Amino acid sequence: MTAATSETAERLPVRADSDVVKVRQLVRSLAQQARLSLVDQTKLVTAASELARNTLVYGGGGEAEVELVSDGARTGVRAVFSDEGPGIPDLDLALTDGWTSGSGLGLGLSGSRRLVQHFAIDTAPGVGTRVEIATWSR
Amino acid sequence: MAPVATDTLVRTLVERAETVRAAWLEAAAAELHGRTTRGELEREQSDILDALLDGLRAGGTTLSDAAFDQLRGILADVSAARARLGFTPRETAIGVFALKEGLYRLTSDDDVAVDVTPLLRLVDDLGLFTFETYAAAREAIISEQAEQLLELSTPVVKLWEGVVAVPLVGTLDSARTQVVMEKLLNTLVDTGSEHAIIDITGVPAVDTQVAQHLLKTVVAARLMGAECTISGIRPQIAQTIVALGIEFGDIRTRATLADALVDALRANGRTASAGVPA
Repeated sequence: MTAATSETAERLPVRADSDVVKVRQLVRSLAQQARLSLVDQTKLVTAASELARNTLVYGGGGEAEVELVSDGARTGVRAVFSDEGPGIPDLDLALTDGWTSGSGLGLGLSGSRRLVQHFAIDTAPGVGTRVEIATWSR
Repeated sequence: MAPVATDTLVRTLVERAETVRAAWLEAAAAELHGRTTRGELEREQSDILDALLDGLRAGGTTLSDAAFDQLRGILADVSAARARLGFTPRETAIGVFALKEGLYRLTSDDDVAVDVTPLLRLVDDLGLFTFETYAAAREAIISEQAEQLLELSTPVVKLWEGVVAVPLVGTLDSARTQVVMEKLLNTLVDTGSEHAIIDITGVPAVDTQVAQHLLKTVVAARLMGAECTISGIRPQIAQTIVALGIEFGDIRTRATLADALVDALRANGRTASAGVPA
């Protein structure tokens, strides 16, 4: 992303199902503040929901950091999900539609990538996973 | 703690009970002014003090001792009652911690030569115990409400002869899906309906988990011979589902509940008109 000045980031723990709801609500309210379109809001919130659940289910819990960002002309919302879980051994496989190591539809990670404008994933087996997403106002 | 000291302590406490109670009541009443009456506080405090003295006489030294069973019971009742009445944690604990004021008053009298330190420690324990039971009572209230909400938020309504609908509002997690599915399947049987409409207008976001839950519910309804329609798919939800790559397959979806109802009636009408003499 371009150099963006960030305002205060909010950190939320992701330890239970109810935390996923809280992350979703926070992302939605920031997305509204950033004046994202309704479609972009919904897409971002859905992606945040997927990733927060991944953090919880596959990462064994972690943290979400959500912030309003601005590069002067545009505003946006950036969210970072990090855990210290087992990590993803084969990222290409994990990003394949329909593949899951659990019991889901296998679309969470790959689908999230299509829902947002910026998607970056940093993972190593045994170290953990960090996923960063962002969507900007048009 | 030597039992001799406890004897002296108990004797002093009994002798000076009025002094202790007056200071205790004063401190508690100042904090709880308007929340509870003096009379209630007095009754509560004399119960606690009696149980405390009984426990001390029976040789109890720490709150977890069997001698203090009765005291713990009283404290648990008091704090649970306060949690239900909406007292703050501070207002709940102050009733116990104010006992310290009474003990300080006791030691400030020159002619009393008794070490109240062990008792002060016990009062701290009482306070912590009050906190714990207060929190437990609050937790119980919250989970009770969550359960009620779960029931409340998943009505299955009969829209027409042979058509039932579930308007879903809010977050769809595994627990709620289970409730929805059970209710829907039961209602299908009870009403002999052939059409079920699941309306997701009130669901703010459809992610893969929600979609998976929806798909399972639809498949279960189909297994029972009912035709299932998902309605209330708003434009932004439709775009999100497409981007996520979720396939609804041959499941019928409609934009509004009205569309879904018209569909169901049309399908129903065909079978119904066949049976109605012209």
